[in-house]
Parts: sequence; structure tokens; C-alpha cells
Amino acid sequence: MRIEEHPVLDFERGEKITFTYNGQEIEAYPNETIVAALHAAGIRQLGESPELHRPRGLFCAIGNCSSCFMTVDGEPNMRVCVIKCKQGMVVESQKGKGVIRV
Amino acid sequence: MKQVEILVIGGGPAGLCASLAASSLGAKVLMCERDDVPGGQLVKQTHKFFGSEKQYAGDRGYQIGQMLVEKVAADPNIEVWTDTTVLGYYEDGVVTCEHEGAHVKIKPQRTVIATGAAEKFLSFPGNDLPGIYGAGAVQTLMNVSGVKPAERVLMVGAGNIGLIVSYQLKQAGVDTVAVIEALPRIGGYLVHASKIQRAGIPVRTGYTILEAYGNGKVEGAKIAKIDEKWQPIPGTEEDIKCDTICLAVGLSPLTELCWQAGCQVEFIKELSGHVPITDDFLETTVPGVYVAGDVSGIEEASSAMVEGRLAGLSAAASLGYGKDVAAEQQKAAMAELDELRAGPMGERIRMGLEKVAAKGGAK
Ligand SMILES: Cc1cc2nc3c(=O)[nH]c(=O)nc-3n(C[C@H](O)[C@H](O)[C@H](O)COP(=O)(O)OP(=O)(O)OC[C@H]3O[C@@H](n4cnc5c(N)ncnc54)[C@H](O)[C@@H]3O)c2cc1C
Ligand code: FES
Repeated sequence: MRIEEHPVLDFERGEKITFTYNGQEIEAYPNETIVAALHAAGIRQLGESPELHRPRGLFCAIGNCSSCFMTVDGEPNMRVCVIKCKQGMVVESQKGKGVIRV
Repeated sequence: MKQVEILVIGGGPAGLCASLAASSLGAKVLMCERDDVPGGQLVKQTHKFFGSEKQYAGDRGYQIGQMLVEKVAADPNIEVWTDTTVLGYYEDGVVTCEHEGAHVKIKPQRTVIATGAAEKFLSFPGNDLPGIYGAGAVQTLMNVSGVKPAERVLMVGAGNIGLIVSYQLKQAGVDTVAVIEALPRIGGYLVHASKIQRAGIPVRTGYTILEAYGNGKVEGAKIAKIDEKWQPIPGTEEDIKCDTICLAVGLSPLTELCWQAGCQVEFIKELSGHVPITDDFLETTVPGVYVAGDVSGIEEASSAMVEGRLAGLSAAASLGYGKDVAAEQQKAAMAELDELRAGPMGERIRMGLEKVAAKGGAK
């Protein structure tokens, strides 16, 4: 859910855009991180741990911890807590350690 | 290879103030910030600052951040690279970074490391469930992105960040069911503590978290009272239903670049972890490498700004800039730091800095 009213802050969100998460369409705004848009849509599990396959969510939200790795437009191990949403981008949960395309 | 006089790594309050101070003496600065906007943690701080007017008391953190960012942007001596993560510091003084997707080398004459800090973690069963977040992460989601981060939160830690974030959650319409704190007393400032008590959020000292549980996400936590040896007291366990557990158990300095540069780094508990040893001018044991802000010991934004100013002045002065004024301005910054650290809340920091001096630092 997005915060609409706040005693201190105004949120200027701009034009609505969409991207896909595991094939599902997600509404977002260009100034939001991928994690924020997924959260607003109620999605908190982002991936799984590479070996024990335990569910993983975000932890730090500032790019420090690597807990939020996902595959974005085919590129694995992207820290989606610091990547902004773009129209039409393809975001996928990642299984395993990810393979880099060359 | 890019040649610069002064490289500032990190665009938080410390890095912004270091850049402005160095430029004010006439030096040319390149400031690298990993995020796509500078401001560091200030961008998410909606509370009003206190302290003295010199540190912008009365203004809110994000407003101070905006003001500094605008000043830096308007300064012709300062070049800002955002989306730029500094990756390495090599023996020959070459710094490498990822800048707009490319690998770039920089050769600075002086470097100010102002990389800030990372949130600490806590070990307990279930601590990797989605929904266990750093308190700062929740602050980022709600105050920067405007997204409701949770419905019901258990806050672990009653230091300033735990208290401030609990209050900010309330402003965003999220309930904090309790703030638990292992110590027998609240660690944060009284102002913040009374604000959240007035808001009806219970602060329970002497409690710890035993475990988090849930199917694929946090559904609740078990907490218990602890004795003076930090052992849970049988019979005091409680079940708390919540969808989010925030850890506000402190920060550790992000010192990787200091280690790489070969700075002497020591563990100093009072400064929250491993910190580079510096002299009074914030120069590390590697000549020409300075530090400022959380990376040199966890404090708060007010002191990070003054440390930044001091490090920026020192770096520029060592290049021969500001011959007539630098010494006086450095002295003024040091006096401001002493003032910020005076009083009982500054005691821990003062002890930590004494240890820094004893380990071979202060001249
Ligand atoms: C999540 C979080 C929330 C906080 N909330 C509060 C609060 O509400 N109130 C309060 O008083 N204090 C708070 N603090 C304490 C905070 O440490 C200080 O207030 C202040 O922001 C410290 O300033 P700084 O410039 O040292 O670090 P920061 O503000 O953290 O700035 C460091 C900057 O360096 C950048 N950086 C790091 N590594 C690199 C690299 N390798 N290359 C390029 N750039 C890099 C980071 O992106 C960041 O912008 C918080 C700290 C954190 C981590
Ligand atoms: S949540 Fe820590 S890097 Fe993204």
C-alpha cells in the first residue's frame, strides 16, 4: 500500500508505469525502487537463499547487504532495493546464484 | 585515468560537508556517490534536529540534506558523480569505481572516505524470514518511497533509531506493538522516548527476542524477559503477533576502503566496531587519506556534518589552500565537535575517541 496522507511529507510520484514481476503486471512510479513497488503490491518475498532455498526478503534497503538479489531484464544478482522502476522492465525471482549472460 | 585534487567518497552529510569545506578554501573536488541522488541517510530523516543553530537545529533531516545537495550542485569547484560506487583503493593511490556502468580509475591527491555505516544484525531462529528488516530500511520505504512498510511492527532496540522509526511508523499509519530493549534502560534521547510513549507505544526494557516464526514470512515473534546475565527468564515468554520485525540494534562503520588503503583500523566498542585510527584533523595513518562521519565511529548526522567540514578543510589545507584561514576554521570545527559531544549522551563517544588517541592517533 502507498502512503497517501502524511503529516510531514508530500510524495510527488509522477506518471504511473508498469513492469512485470514473474509475469505478473505491477504498477509503479519512476521514482520508486523495485522493492518499493513490489512492497506496495504486497510482495515481500523476493527470492530464495541459493542453497537451502529459504525465502528471502529485503533487509537494508540501501544496497549494503545483498539480501534482495533478483534478476532484472535478464541480469541476475541485481540489488532491487536501489534500482528504480522503468516502464516494461522484466523482474524475476532468482533461483540459485544466477548466470551472467555474455 | 581521472586526476583530481580531492576525492570525496560518499555523498551523505559528512561527504557533502567535506566537499563544501574543501571547495571553500579553493580546492577542486570530485564527490562520488553510489546512489543516484546524494544525501545519504539524511533523505529519510523527517524528525527535527536539535543541538545548536550551527548544525541546523529545528530543521528536519531531509530539508538539511536538500539544502546541502543544492549548495554542492551550485558549487563550480565540486564535480558530483552519482551512480558511482567506489570499489577499490590500490597501493599506488589509484582509486577504482563503477561509474555509469563503466570501470573508471581516479588518481586523487587527497581522499576523504565518508562511506557511512551498515545496520547490524541479530542472531535468533527465524531471523532470515521476509519481514525482518533493518529499522533504517523501513524508514527508507516509508519516508523516501512513500510505501507503507508493514501493518504491525515489533521494534527491537530502544536507541535513537528504534525510537525515531517507531514514531515515524505511527505517522505513516503503522502500529508498533512494542519496542523491546535488552538493556534495563532506554538508550535514546528522552525527547524521542517521551514522544513515542505519548503516542501509546509501550517500551519494554529488559526484554529480548527469542525467535521469529511464520510460513514464508513473519507472522509473529516470541519475546522474553532477561536476567542480568542476559539469559531468558523461564515463564516470561510472550507471543507477539506482527508482520514485521525491525532491528534497530546499531550500526557498524563501512570501513572496507580504509582497510584496502592500508589504514590502521582498530576495534573500539564505544564507536560501534572497527574504525580507522585518525589524528585530531581526521587524517588516517595513511598520509593524505581522511575519514569523516559514521565510517570513523557511529554518531549522528550533526557530528557527521562537522566532521565532514573538518576533514575537507584539513585535506585542502594540506594541499596549501587557505593558508590564512584554514587553521582557525579547523579549530572552530573541533570546538563544535567538543560541544556536540559534551554532556552525558556524549560520554560513550568521548571514551571511544580517547581510545583512538591512545592507539597512536591524535597528535
Ligand atoms: C539506515 C539508516 C538510518 C538512519 N537514521 C537516522 C536517524 O533517523 N536519525 C539520526 O540521527 N541518525 C540516523 N542514522 C545515523 C546516520 O548514520 C547519521 O545520521 C548520518 O547519516 C551519518 O552520515 P554519513 O555521511 O557518515 O553517512 P551516510 O549518511 O550513510 O552517507 C554515506 C554515503 O556514502 C555512500 N557510499 C557508501 N559506500 C560508497 C562507495 N563505496 N562508493 C560511493 N558511495 C558510497 C552511501 O550511498 C551514502 O550516501 C541512520 C543511519 C542509517 C544507516
Ligand atoms: S536489501 Fe540490502 S542490498 Fe538490497
